[in-house]
Amino acid sequence: MDANDRKREIEQLERDVETLRRLVHKDAQTEAELERLRREVAELRREFFEHLDAWQRTQLARHPQRPYTLDFARLLFDHFSELHGDRAFGDDPSIVTGMARFAGRPVLVVGHQKGRDTKQKLARNFGMPKPEGYRKALRTMQLAAKFGRPIFCFVDTPGAYPGVDAEERGQAEAIARNLREIMLLPVPILVTITGEGGSGGALAIAVGDRINMLENAIYSVISPEGCASILWRDAAKAPQAAAALKITANDMQQLGLVDEVVPEPEGGAHTNHEETARILQEVLSRQLAELVRLPPAELLEQRYRKFRRMGQAFRESYAVQARG
Amino acid sequence: MAWFRREKKPVEQPTPPEERRVRTEGMWTKCEACGQIIWKKDLETNWNVCPRCQHHFRLSAVRRLELLLDDGQWVEHDGALESTDPLEFVDTRPYRERLREAQQKTGMADAILTAEGRLQGHPVLCCSMEFGFIGGSMGAVVGEKVTRAAELALARRLPLVIVSCSGGARMMEGAISLMQMAKICAALGRLDRARIPYISVLADPTTGGVTASYAMLGDLNIAEPGALIGFAGPRVIEQTIRQKLPEGFQRAEFLLAHGFLDAVVHRKELKSYIASALDFFLA
Repeated sequence: MDANDRKREIEQLERDVETLRRLVHKDAQTEAELERLRREVAELRREFFEHLDAWQRTQLARHPQRPYTLDFARLLFDHFSELHGDRAFGDDPSIVTGMARFAGRPVLVVGHQKGRDTKQKLARNFGMPKPEGYRKALRTMQLAAKFGRPIFCFVDTPGAYPGVDAEERGQAEAIARNLREIMLLPVPILVTITGEGGSGGALAIAVGDRINMLENAIYSVISPEGCASILWRDAAKAPQAAAALKITANDMQQLGLVDEVVPEPEGGAHTNHEETARILQEVLSRQLAELVRLPPAELLEQRYRKFRRMGQAFRESYAVQARG
Repeated sequence: MAWFRREKKPVEQPTPPEERRVRTEGMWTKCEACGQIIWKKDLETNWNVCPRCQHHFRLSAVRRLELLLDDGQWVEHDGALESTDPLEFVDTRPYRERLREAQQKTGMADAILTAEGRLQGHPVLCCSMEFGFIGGSMGAVVGEKVTRAAELALARRLPLVIVSCSGGARMMEGAISLMQMAKICAALGRLDRARIPYISVLADPTTGGVTASYAMLGDLNIAEPGALIGFAGPRVIEQTIRQKLPEGFQRAEFLLAHGFLDAVVHRKELKSYIASALDFFLA
């Protein structure tokens, strides 16, 4: 059975229970029976969302009602005031950066920004940054570091923009420089993958001391569609590619590439932004408290070791031939 | 006279089809750029550069080291590292199979060699990538070897030279490949702050996650003529903008014009160019 059919079936059951509740004569026994039914259906619903496969989660991660950086800026922070421009070429609307307060503390917010309707999507370039976006992010992060302010990153992009102008202005150089320089910023950096962690375009603002992932977010070296069209030579094989690439938050945690998976409200983050932010706020507050205690040198050493340990998927077993 | 029946056997048996070929087959090759037919031996003695149009053919990782390091001699580091196939990845074929095949074809454990040797007398660490190994793609092994090379360069204050030749991150190791970019850049950051020279050489092709990490972070970024260098591959860009790309787009000369390369250097001058740069940094 298709997952959508299953979801519709559960929703039908929920409606049936509601109808029953309205129709039947209320006595203690039917009340108890109804409550039992309601709980069973709720359990089915919970189970459904717990067992979403990689492709279903990809759909959720791309849901247009998912909270974006500017939503988190409003829900998690006070007095967000945006900073624009890379001081070299322009201002990229697909990455937003700004000063804000987190529980009273001055911090920097950096994140990808997607649009919800067609007009916004175009204005935000579908959340696909160009080099000036990455350079703006680095510029403001260096500014935060200069004044000792912690940095919060929110990652949600299909990837860095693959276009002529982006190449001309050095997309690769911008990403590479961010990776090297952000690694050395002596202030706490808390990263949350909130939607799509699209390859290098995501990683360029996803280097930090804590890497969190919302439950239905994905993180991947290539989009499932891209992988499918290269390896299967058929973009329609994207669901298989999504499974093979191990892109879900749980996969990422098992691979040791993210620290924490942050639960979403039942049904997904798009159903309730406030609740999503509330759960995330607890995680971020706790992590920030841990990190601000560390002296900068120790913070940097831990950050280095964190990435140094990632993805050690090798063994020393190959019989080397003499060369040279 | 036999009008209807053949009386005599043919004088000799025709050559069976599997033996029917020109004796010199496989000894000639055609230049991809100018169409010149070149004797393969000539091409090899000419550093895999077309004698007519100077088109740079790809070099194997080993051949590259032979051309760069003094007397073609070096000590290899971390040669035994091979992938564990962390995702147990299967597309139309198991990744494990692709790995084994690539190892047999190249005689290497993965897509990069780390060599310690001398370059016109300068002791150096040199990483050389092999495009013939799954498109020179970067997974956990390439990431670890480059990181170790950077860390060794830091510990022993040796200049680092990396010759990139890669299609980017290796899909079959998923996000593990992606994180190699961060890991390598972290190590290069330390090298940078310790003021140890790192020279990045970009050969044809250098794209994707390799360009967007170590290949663009050299104190010098130098490329071979005509090398394809970019973040997104040309086909992906064409699909995005639905237009044909201009001639020369993403070639070394294009990057030079846009300010992302220090120089485009002919293969025959590469070694002396790097040596003079090291003189500048270290002498």
